[in-house]
Amino acid sequence: MTVRFTLNGSPVTVEVLGSRRLLDVLREDLRLTGTKEGCGEGECGACSVLIDGQVVNSCLVAVGQVERCEVVTVEGLATGGELSPLQRAFVERGAAQCGICTPGMLLAAHALLRENPRPSADDVRVGLAGNLCRCTGYTKIIEAVLACRT
Amino acid sequence: MTGRARYTDDLIVPGAWYGRTIRSTIARGAIRAITFDPAFDWSRVVVVTAEDIPGENVVQLIRDDQPALAEREVRHQEEPILLLAAPDRATLDEAARAVHIDYAPAAAVLALESATDTYTTIEIIKGDVDAALPGAEAVVERTFRVGLQEQLYIEPQGAIAFPHTGLGPGDRGPGVTVIGSLQCPYYVHRALKRCLGLPDAQVVVIQAETGGGFGGKEEYPSLVAIHAALLARKAGRPVRLIYDRHEDLTATTKRHPGVITHRTGVRRDGTLLAQDIEIVLDGGAYCTLTPVVLSRAAIHAAGPYGCPNVRIRARAVATNTPPNGAFRGFGAPQSLFAAELMVEHVAERLGVPSLDLRRKWMLGVGDTTATGQKLTESVSADLVLAAALKAAPPVRPSALPPVRRGRGVSLVFHGSGFTGSGEKKLAGTIAVECVREGEFRILTASTEIGQGTNTIFCQIAADTLGVALEQVTLAPQDTSLVPDSGPTVASRTAMIVGGLIHDAARELRDRLGARQRPPLRVEKTYVQPDTIHWDDQIYRGDAYPVYAWACTIADVEVDTDTGEVRVTDLVTAVDCGRAIHPVMAEGQIEGGSLQAVGWATIEEIKMRDGRYLNDRLATYLIPTTLDAPRIRTILIENPYSRGPFGAKGIGELPMDGPAPAVIAAIHDATGAWIDEVPATPEKVLEALHGKRETRNGMRK
Repeated sequence: MTVRFTLNGSPVTVEVLGSRRLLDVLREDLRLTGTKEGCGEGECGACSVLIDGQVVNSCLVAVGQVERCEVVTVEGLATGGELSPLQRAFVERGAAQCGICTPGMLLAAHALLRENPRPSADDVRVGLAGNLCRCTGYTKIIEAVLACRT
Repeated sequence: MTGRARYTDDLIVPGAWYGRTIRSTIARGAIRAITFDPAFDWSRVVVVTAEDIPGENVVQLIRDDQPALAEREVRHQEEPILLLAAPDRATLDEAARAVHIDYAPAAAVLALESATDTYTTIEIIKGDVDAALPGAEAVVERTFRVGLQEQLYIEPQGAIAFPHTGLGPGDRGPGVTVIGSLQCPYYVHRALKRCLGLPDAQVVVIQAETGGGFGGKEEYPSLVAIHAALLARKAGRPVRLIYDRHEDLTATTKRHPGVITHRTGVRRDGTLLAQDIEIVLDGGAYCTLTPVVLSRAAIHAAGPYGCPNVRIRARAVATNTPPNGAFRGFGAPQSLFAAELMVEHVAERLGVPSLDLRRKWMLGVGDTTATGQKLTESVSADLVLAAALKAAPPVRPSALPPVRRGRGVSLVFHGSGFTGSGEKKLAGTIAVECVREGEFRILTASTEIGQGTNTIFCQIAADTLGVALEQVTLAPQDTSLVPDSGPTVASRTAMIVGGLIHDAARELRDRLGARQRPPLRVEKTYVQPDTIHWDDQIYRGDAYPVYAWACTIADVEVDTDTGEVRVTDLVTAVDCGRAIHPVMAEGQIEGGSLQAVGWATIEEIKMRDGRYLNDRLATYLIPTTLDAPRIRTILIENPYSRGPFGAKGIGELPMDGPAPAVIAAIHDATGAWIDEVPATPEKVLEALHGKRETRNGMRK
């Protein structure tokens, strides 16, 4: 089927089986490999993307479901080669170690901050609870998100 | 950060086929027959069995017991038997369903207690335990159990193999290049050479961006790389072999489970007279790195304490469970868990605070360890203990029932670098080059797996050369470019390899100062200082060049109705000599601590017929942001004279302390001892229940 959606601000059209995972279409057809697969069953959050502003595990979404939606992946966070404030905070505060969870973590944090620009540490913990990280112990990730409160 | 970093599965390889490993579905038995369903068109796929192995059918490591593909018998569930490659996943699935393996099952040994075969035994003797114990005024005996743990790097194992056609640019004959997610390029290089029967130059191993390792990508990637290479050579095209989480959980190595028994003799005033310790670790079905894991477990078993009479008897046994292997801490978390809880039990018997015993027993400069190593510098048990106590938050008031709060403390040390003569045998090599004026390059096989290797290496070189950080780059981790610096393991990277970079950069600086012109290259190979003496035969001497130290304070809340344990706060004071990059050093401590909290509380692997039951992320749980305590790290710097700028190892240390501190905190909260990790809700309730029965319904 033909699926049309907005990806990182630009319109895209793909000819695909509507039942394919959004994750695979992003990675294989559109070659945006910043979205990672960690478990394939919605537990780890490495494949998190934003669909109409909501954080969603793209391994659990059929591409047919994003028809006419706005999809944002990690590749869409930096604008004009400039890191977003959140990305900068992640770098400066050591919130990324091996980096594999970072794309999903950034998107979850991004959605959280848009919904609640002044979250408490506990709010951040709740907001990021669907994204697993095995390197950092989360401390520096939480600090980085708190540093971006407005 | 921007999504541009390329991990193995992110690499786009035109024309590559997909690979799959067909594995044993029994724990032990003979392979009677492999049949291929004639209804499937086998010309559409490539099939590899043990017969297709051009070299030796063995995974090169310590002992030659593990085949790359099982031939006649299988020794554990999920053992690789056959490989498939196909142009697309659907064909691969179809082919996998059309392979049938017929077994003659045999009786499997599935518990450490019933094992009869031993991989290795170690005995460490100091003084005379048998003579000292009768003179003790109290002898306390306890047995501790530690469970399996999965490393759970978020990026699963994977490799892509490219057969050399002999025609392409840079192709040196009929070899193979493997790009993969790995910690130790030269381990993989050696394994590939042997199994494929190829000379050095025809095998190239390149590390892709690697999404976490924690030891799990120390030895296992050799197997993944061999499989991918065998498929690629037979297919005559690149093959990608990427595990999904399920396969990764069921098939790859775990932390060694074990049973550790202590018998400790003391005087009434708390004087430590004798420690008699027995360690049994389960190595699983093949040897892998088990003897070295056992070695580190044994050497750390007495804890960071000075005792005149010590006997440590350690053995690793063989079972028919999937092989256990390297995991951050490498045996030390297991034995230190027992050692630290033993301090608590002795303190309870004597009716004194356990902190008093720690202060009385802890090692200082001039004291000797269980192996008879006299500690001469950078000994920080007292410093980390004082710093952690000072930084600990005030004890919180009691919670309302059914929640109880408690606090526990632990004191640990961790040897930096390879054990004993390991570094001497490895003779790790690096090079630092001045490529052209003001441009420097480090060549090392030490890998970045998220722990900050690249940054600290560049920082060490830049600081030594007196140049800006941006002027130093790292050569890619490609065995055709970089020398063998040894594996990225054993908390050795900053201290040993960083030390070599420091030395090479110093020489390069001097040569540039003496007006030598680039290009210049300085190569350095590790030479064991002649003050370090170690005897492998009797396990006596300087087990490690130096030790790092940590004191951890854990605060917990225990729900006595559900048995759930929540670690609310964790304070760790750490001496790593010198923190080259403090933010990254803290990151290591925080991440390692949470991994240890997971091991202590929720990370449990259950087995049936030798198969792991928690084979998905929905059933094997690791801590989320909601489970993670507030972690506070205090870095103490007590420099080591031979480390770069004073640095010692840091990577594994944080795995050692939290588990015993959490268990001690559960006891403080509830009065119940759980001499076991993980302390799952079932075990907590069982411990509380037992207590209620023995004390007539009275809970403490």
